[in-house]
Amino acid sequence: MINTMGIILTGGKNNRLKELSMERSISAVPFGGKYRAIDFALSNMINSGIRNVGIPTQYNFRSLMDHLGSGKEWDLDRKTDGLFIFPPYLSEYGTGWYRGTADSMYSNLTYLKRSNEEFVVINQGYAIYNMNYSEMLKQHVDKDADITVATRYMTDFSKEDLSQLGIVEIDLEQRIIDFQEKPLNPKSDFASLGVYIIKRKLLISLLEDSAAHGYFDFVRDILIRKLNELRIFSFEFKGYWRPLISIQLFYRTNMELLDPNVRFELFIKNGKIFTKVKDEPPAKYNEEATVKNSIVADGCIIEGMVEDSILFRGVKINKGAVIKNSIIMQNTEVCENAILNNCILDKNVIISSGKQLNGDRNWPLIVGKNVRV
Amino acid sequence: MAKEIVALILAGGEGSRLGVLTRLVAKPAVLYGGKYRIIDFSLSNCINSGIDTVGVLTQYRPLQLNHHIGIGKPWDMDRMNGGVTILSPFTKQQKGEWYSGTADAVYQNIHYIDELDPKYVIILSGDHIYKMDYSKMLEFHKKNNADATISVINVPLEEASRYGIMNATENGKIYEFEEKPPQPKSTLASMGVYIFSWDILKEFLIHDHQNEQSDHDFGKNVIPKLLADKRSIWAYPFIGYWRDVGTIQAFWESNMDLITRVPQFNLFDPEWKIYTPNPVKPAHFIADTGHVTRSIIAEGCMIYGQVKSSVVFPGVTVEKGCYIEDSIIMSNSIIKSDSQIICTIVGEKTTVGSNVKTGFGEYADNTFNPKVYQTNISVIGSNSVVPDNVTIGKNVVLDNYLTPEDFKDLDIPSGSALIKEGVAQ
Repeated sequence: MINTMGIILTGGKNNRLKELSMERSISAVPFGGKYRAIDFALSNMINSGIRNVGIPTQYNFRSLMDHLGSGKEWDLDRKTDGLFIFPPYLSEYGTGWYRGTADSMYSNLTYLKRSNEEFVVINQGYAIYNMNYSEMLKQHVDKDADITVATRYMTDFSKEDLSQLGIVEIDLEQRIIDFQEKPLNPKSDFASLGVYIIKRKLLISLLEDSAAHGYFDFVRDILIRKLNELRIFSFEFKGYWRPLISIQLFYRTNMELLDPNVRFELFIKNGKIFTKVKDEPPAKYNEEATVKNSIVADGCIIEGMVEDSILFRGVKINKGAVIKNSIIMQNTEVCENAILNNCILDKNVIISSGKQLNGDRNWPLIVGKNVRV
Repeated sequence: MAKEIVALILAGGEGSRLGVLTRLVAKPAVLYGGKYRIIDFSLSNCINSGIDTVGVLTQYRPLQLNHHIGIGKPWDMDRMNGGVTILSPFTKQQKGEWYSGTADAVYQNIHYIDELDPKYVIILSGDHIYKMDYSKMLEFHKKNNADATISVINVPLEEASRYGIMNATENGKIYEFEEKPPQPKSTLASMGVYIFSWDILKEFLIHDHQNEQSDHDFGKNVIPKLLADKRSIWAYPFIGYWRDVGTIQAFWESNMDLITRVPQFNLFDPEWKIYTPNPVKPAHFIADTGHVTRSIIAEGCMIYGQVKSSVVFPGVTVEKGCYIEDSIIMSNSIIKSDSQIICTIVGEKTTVGSNVKTGFGEYADNTFNPKVYQTNISVIGSNSVVPDNVTIGKNVVLDNYLTPEDFKDLDIPSGSALIKEGVAQ
């Protein structure tokens, strides 16, 4: 896909991730022991052969910038093309704030104009999936589509989750005839992944047109408004896909990694997922360690009991501690005899000796960054 | 821009006493500690000591080393000015020649060092496991106004005759050097870490090159010559963990040192990280049926069986019903169901079939090479396939790249060897 560039949208303000997104963009939410959500969108692009990637950022983007750096880990530290990060900026015309997804691209129109690829893949930085976009591009060209939208039957989503997605209706030719963004009562489970393919020149003119009319959102103001005017097609993705847009989905998606089939699909089958390296030594298990059905990252030291849990890099579980059904992020320490069930502990948390924290499977207990319990 | 100090890492050693582990790679490229290759320690010490210009002298089987080091990215040595350079032997107008000794290897690269124009040169071995701040040693060298400084470690008196021993005055000035003395007069062993003032080293290297009697070795020739010429040579005392890992037993022991509760050698020190190319793999997975104690497990592993007192490298699969103890399992190997791997080193990308037993029976002397293989440890090379139901004894060696057809018998008793002859891999 040498003739294709990529844009990763990193998400608006999201309160449904609670403490996890208070200090970070939802694309920078830690996931799966060593990743951040955006690693999947970015690695998918790399694995599809895209070498020119732009990332407009908005809310709390510091941790995202820190994570992406110069793009070394994704092999995007290039002289030609590579990685471009676009925080909002003040200018004569701009407000210093992106007013929507279309506005975030329009504000960086120069980048789009200077690039010379024919096609653009736009995706979302907060979804966990492994997809090669080549096939979607092939269909886009074969159908002579103006925009192709990746879609999926969300049979494995609750109604509440569905109402956070864009519900799509198609005709027999796979042309999209109706698109409802975040409907209260979704009429089907066929939804958009927020992955689009479009010709670069068409994208530029659509963005200019929409800005001229004072419109700022790609879905509401371009996709939905132009449904009849443009040839917009659906491309059905049949794999595993989860957006980290609520605590429930975040918790569930992490826990689903304990399923070997999910791990195989996400990390092995279609291509590797790249992330920032931390140069931690391998995890160390001491005499008393009992670990069952869990994911453990490098740099952990385990002396306690861990079951059905995800441990990120550099986590320390001391003697007598019992961890069940929990997600424990980087450099957090659980002291002796503490007991955790259904918890999400953010980075650098300390749970002191003997403490007991109990969450619910549907409402896991969240402990924010740098907290000492 | 001129550099104050340049490091040269001697990485051409074969490490012949590591047997099949070094049949395909040089000793500095041997995997160690669940993630690393031996040379990572010298390279990481350099960058952590503020030395960003390093020449790596290779000779024996350099492919894996070249691939590993690349342009030095993992060590932050991909620099505009300085960085890491691989220095392999090369042909000259008259003739091409191999490095005939450690001193000759540096002699043949005088042009590399002259180009950088450093004041000091630090010569390191890529064979050792240790964490050391070379900048402190350089301070010591400068403070003493030394011509050469040799880093020394205190070894037990009974082992001293295996090392190059320095006899020094109380304040550290060396007056005598003895290579492997039968009756050692001191216990200060050379660690193979030398700092020289470059102008002096250059002069002595040229002199050594012209001496046809010389073996062109730092320990045997250059240091004794400096002493004979009454140059100022100092012993810099190093306190800490330092291992040569030159034999299978030493290599195994040093790996096992990492799994003790409070390891003598701490890889978890955030102030002195050891860098290596990170495998692109997800965090490891311990299944319901898995049980891991007293071990280190790297990324990408899937553990469905029991692992005890072992070191497991990235991407290893241990299937259900397996029992692994006192073993080292290297990258991307697969141990199939119900196997018992005891006191065994399994090379990378090797598949061990179902119901295989290793480390069984009584010790017996090795029939193939008793000098190299002389412990209870059995060694299985890399890229091999061990068929199902094989029973392997103690002190057994299995070659790299074995196929199931190479196993004529399901019973491989202690002390035996399966070596493929004449295959130049």
